[in-house]
Amino acid sequence: MSGLARYFEDEGLATVVISLVREHTERVKPPRAFWVPFQLGRPLGAPDDPAFQTRVLRAALALFSAPAGPVIGDFDEDAPGADPEDYSGWVCPVNLPAPPDGAVAPDSLLAQVRGEIDSLAPWYDLARERRGRTTVGVSGLNIADAAALLTRFLDDPELDSTDPALSAPHAAKFAADDLKAWYFETATARPGASGSAALNDWFWGETAAGRLLLRLSATCRGIDAPVMQWLGHKALVPRTHEHLVP
Amino acid sequence: MVRLTDIPEIDARHLLDKECPAFEGEPWVEGPPLAERRVAIVTTAGLHRAEERNFELRDVGYRVIPGDIEGAELVMTHSSVNFDRTGFQQDVNVVFPIDRLRALAAAGEVGSVADYHYSVMGAGWLPHEIEATARELAGMLKEDKVNAVLLSPV
Repeated sequence: MSGLARYFEDEGLATVVISLVREHTERVKPPRAFWVPFQLGRPLGAPDDPAFQTRVLRAALALFSAPAGPVIGDFDEDAPGADPEDYSGWVCPVNLPAPPDGAVAPDSLLAQVRGEIDSLAPWYDLARERRGRTTVGVSGLNIADAAALLTRFLDDPELDSTDPALSAPHAAKFAADDLKAWYFETATARPGASGSAALNDWFWGETAAGRLLLRLSATCRGIDAPVMQWLGHKALVPRTHEHLVP
Repeated sequence: MVRLTDIPEIDARHLLDKECPAFEGEPWVEGPPLAERRVAIVTTAGLHRAEERNFELRDVGYRVIPGDIEGAELVMTHSSVNFDRTGFQQDVNVVFPIDRLRALAAAGEVGSVADYHYSVMGAGWLPHEIEATARELAGMLKEDKVNAVLLSPV
């Protein structure tokens, strides 16, 4: 990000970089940077809070008036309701069945995921209707088919892609992105103090969809091919929850 | 408050270990007051219109985001799984503040909003590997008469 600013400025364009990691910004020294104390993924601080976002944006843009640089401005206001470690105030919209003891066959795992999708679908539909959008769909599959593709891939990682423009591991990555987006959009359908840590703990610790991706991560890690190592180590499970990979 | 000291140690260590090469020189471009500037947003969040190509692993290409886009048309295909996406899922503006920028322009605080904004996917490459794309984007931004670029990370 800061590197882009250096290149743009070198080409004659004035820039302001919003910085989420001050340590990186201090090293690269873009001309104008505006550090914000928000979690990664939320450079404007808080969703659905136009007044707060406007304060952040206005303060960032004010750096275009700085007389000289490199300069780093700081935003000293916390994002409202955005403590990622906040575990209070959120519960899953429906009670999901407890995981069975021991490993289950991929087909049984898929049946569990499909059961969850059926149970949660009304809340996904509500979230989509209220927001007027969904971020699900990057795989080009409906959510049940995305889960099915991931299960086939778990069963046979050498699976050929059905899309000539996309390798099977990349298709699996996008299907996994859709599966996670579907669950998280569903989980946030009801307003509440939902810290991302609580949502992640729920998805990775309590859902069959999470178990499917954790097992897929483990399978990929066991295959000696760069793309499978990438998928297994970096593209499915966040670092904060990779200790759950079996 | 979220600082490196506040996030899980495994994430903090990863961020601190990232390669951040030093650049030579200190480029600095002057310009008119904000109320006379034409502003574009460039994001590294891997955003694009749903019907466009997904970003690939280590993709150093870009996608065009039309200035009149509705935020609901944007999806994200960033290769990293180590940041929060629930904010973006609820509200595009928490990553790509297009509605907030339009409001500041309507209020006269910002001169105008660019006809085109741009997105790259900020993972899997080192800073020097994006140089050609950055310089190409700079040319297009200048053709659009942009003289202020807001760079928004994820």
